[in-house]
Amino acid sequence: MTAERHLLSTATLPLDRALQILDGAQAFLEVGQRPVKKVPALRGKTIINLFFESSTRTRTSFELAGKRLSADVVNVSASGSSTSKGETLKDTVATLDAMHPDVVVVRHASSGAAQYLANRTEAAIVNAGDGTHEHPTQALLDAFTIRRHKGLDFKKLTVAICGDILHSRVARSNIHLLTKLGAKVRLSAPRTLLPIGIEELGCQVYDRLEPALEGVDVVMMLRIQRERLGGTYLPTLREYAREFGLNQVRLNLAKPDAIVMHPGPMNRGVEIADDVVEGERSVVLDQVEAGVAVRMSVLYLYSGTLPQAD
Amino acid sequence: MRTLLDAADTASGIAQMARQIAGRHGGTADLILIGVRRGGIPVMQALAQQLERSEQRHIKTGSVDITLYRDDVATALPNPRMGASEIPYDINGKRVLLVDDVAHTRRTTRAALDAILDYGRPRVIEFAVLIDRDGGELPIQPDYRVLQATNIAFNERIDVITTPAGLSAVVQLVSSPSIPPHYA
Repeated sequence: MTAERHLLSTATLPLDRALQILDGAQAFLEVGQRPVKKVPALRGKTIINLFFESSTRTRTSFELAGKRLSADVVNVSASGSSTSKGETLKDTVATLDAMHPDVVVVRHASSGAAQYLANRTEAAIVNAGDGTHEHPTQALLDAFTIRRHKGLDFKKLTVAICGDILHSRVARSNIHLLTKLGAKVRLSAPRTLLPIGIEELGCQVYDRLEPALEGVDVVMMLRIQRERLGGTYLPTLREYAREFGLNQVRLNLAKPDAIVMHPGPMNRGVEIADDVVEGERSVVLDQVEAGVAVRMSVLYLYSGTLPQAD
Repeated sequence: MRTLLDAADTASGIAQMARQIAGRHGGTADLILIGVRRGGIPVMQALAQQLERSEQRHIKTGSVDITLYRDDVATALPNPRMGASEIPYDINGKRVLLVDDVAHTRRTTRAALDAILDYGRPRVIEFAVLIDRDGGELPIQPDYRVLQATNIAFNERIDVITTPAGLSAVVQLVSSPSIPPHYA
């Protein structure tokens, strides 16, 4: 039931629901290209964006998505909220719940925060990133972007996810969703940034970048999360850029029509070179466009307007 | 199952409808046909083909999906199949003809009108249907119809089906009527 009513992770997301979100996003993409970018579908619904971690693109994307569906969207960020005055997460949620929102979109630095909220609220919880656990809407928008460029059949696709896998909730959500959709997933990172046992999720693990890139259809680069690195993971950023940065030469190892993705924000010159970002195979801005459409689809399907299938 | 219109009836009805459409609002020069997804699409296509034959000109067409404009999302199907609207033309100042297969409660028509108005401000919007069924719940009437169907019971549904010979309209009993008895 939890998996049905809330969107907490791609690990618990049923395949048919994932496909429903992706199919729906196609219709919402069209809404974003119209002169009037708004439909009345969620008129009268209230969505709270509860962001305990700073975020520009995800919060903006969710806010736009809600507004384009005609919902009333309220943004609550940690700085300036009662959290900074010492209120616990439990009390914040109880307070917000008493205002009867239909959906609460939550981002929090602690893994499991979204689940914690889901257990304590009447609203539908949409996880917008919890610690190093999951970021399901990012994986969904990545899958949607791959669909637009590579078609619907993921079984013939190989995706390389490269970079800081250890700290990346984006990587975890993508591994679960991509394997669920049938794609082959490769991971590449220095050993220090690979969680122990990650291959049990059904991916091939490489501790060098070049072999991981050979013949892939999609290259997904991850941000080096400087704020989460304590100093023992990497000797220097320069060394990381030299050994694991995606440049044009390395990209040539992938299929000639391979696409390059990055969830942003990018560290240009660290995990990804300038000319690759600007290059014709980069679909980074398509990902941003897809983000609004996919989040519209998520909010529409989870806002409680629809009775649950039994 | 009984037949309201067979393929020949539909073809002659659509031919007559095309003549009426061409005769009003100064002809078909700025006409855009928009079918309501998904039932209205085959009717819209048949009408467009007829107009192209009789008027000897290309007729612009599009489609509108009303899922996001419904007034009954709370009671609608649990798994809505959203489709994208396709209106690849500027409709500002144009003559838009909304086409559906069956007009019944008019709620679909209301939603389609709202959707179209989000694309621009047409000079005029008209409404054409194959079957005009009674039981309207909103003050909306078709401008063009092939058949006015009365005496359709509340537990009967009108389906427009595509056959090798063309479109035909049939009445079938349904186990769960889409509208409650007191409306019928």
